[in-house]
Amino acid sequence: MDNQTRIDQLTRFIETLNQARELGLSVTDAGDGTLTLCLPYSDRIIGNPDTGVIHGGAITTLMDTTSGCVILCALEDFELCPTLDLRVDYMRPAHPHKPVYARAETYRITPNIIFTRCEAYQEGDETIANCVATFMRIGKEASPKHYRDLIAGGVK
Amino acid sequence: MTDPEILRYTQETGDFSRMLESIPYATWIGLQCERFGDDLIFRLPKKESNLGNPILPAIHGGVIGGFMETSANIYLIMSRESLRMPRIVDFSLDYLRAGLNRETFAECRLTRQGNRVANVMVTAWQKSRSQPIATARAHFLLED
Repeated sequence: MDNQTRIDQLTRFIETLNQARELGLSVTDAGDGTLTLCLPYSDRIIGNPDTGVIHGGAITTLMDTTSGCVILCALEDFELCPTLDLRVDYMRPAHPHKPVYARAETYRITPNIIFTRCEAYQEGDETIANCVATFMRIGKEASPKHYRDLIAGGVK
Repeated sequence: MTDPEILRYTQETGDFSRMLESIPYATWIGLQCERFGDDLIFRLPKKESNLGNPILPAIHGGVIGGFMETSANIYLIMSRESLRMPRIVDFSLDYLRAGLNRETFAECRLTRQGNRVANVMVTAWQKSRSQPIATARAHFLLED
């Protein structure tokens, strides 16, 4: 699968996730087992209005989405994998009015479990948070065919 | 939320509306909170924009995380005398069941409060408290 195909599939997939769409998440970069998503700044995800710093929950959603989506960049066929656990370490608050990026990689794939790690950062590469997660493989048949076809966009 | 007046008002009246209004993210996901005696129960009403998986459909795991994290934060503020906001250090979340498109609840427990760090456990459930959809623990740094 080439990277443009990956980006197209991921964009279609993210479009189906209400919360990710509402947050305005978009694909910045995708490769073999790697993915970067972008979370734009917006007023409604602010945690502290005095400083304008965005809420940790939005960062958690960004990292959960990126970690879950990077699986699409690692597997041949689309497979929905539920999150088993997620651990986020917050390094520093994000600078207000700037987008936050998250880059994730799958570092181990087994028939049952997928292990990912993810880093949230801003311009200048300052780390905002780190995250490790595990996902359970329930098989591609667990998602209806029409949905898989929608994501694949008719391309195999 | 750092506004001491709002915090004092919330602690005295048990009315969380002003505090929640002061946290845009909490308002956006629809978080609510009610006090029962000394206990706090957090509530996340059913909301289309909070969904992730469209097939089940299920609440986005990140929203469940954000809901539990915010709950832990508010719980900690309410259980302390200080007026400063605790700062989250880390957050560890286990997903036990899919969070379906319905009302979700959470309760918190202060596992340990030291001088500088507090450990909070959070449990989230939907239909039955005995069948949690997720458990989490968080460390907060307390600065006065």
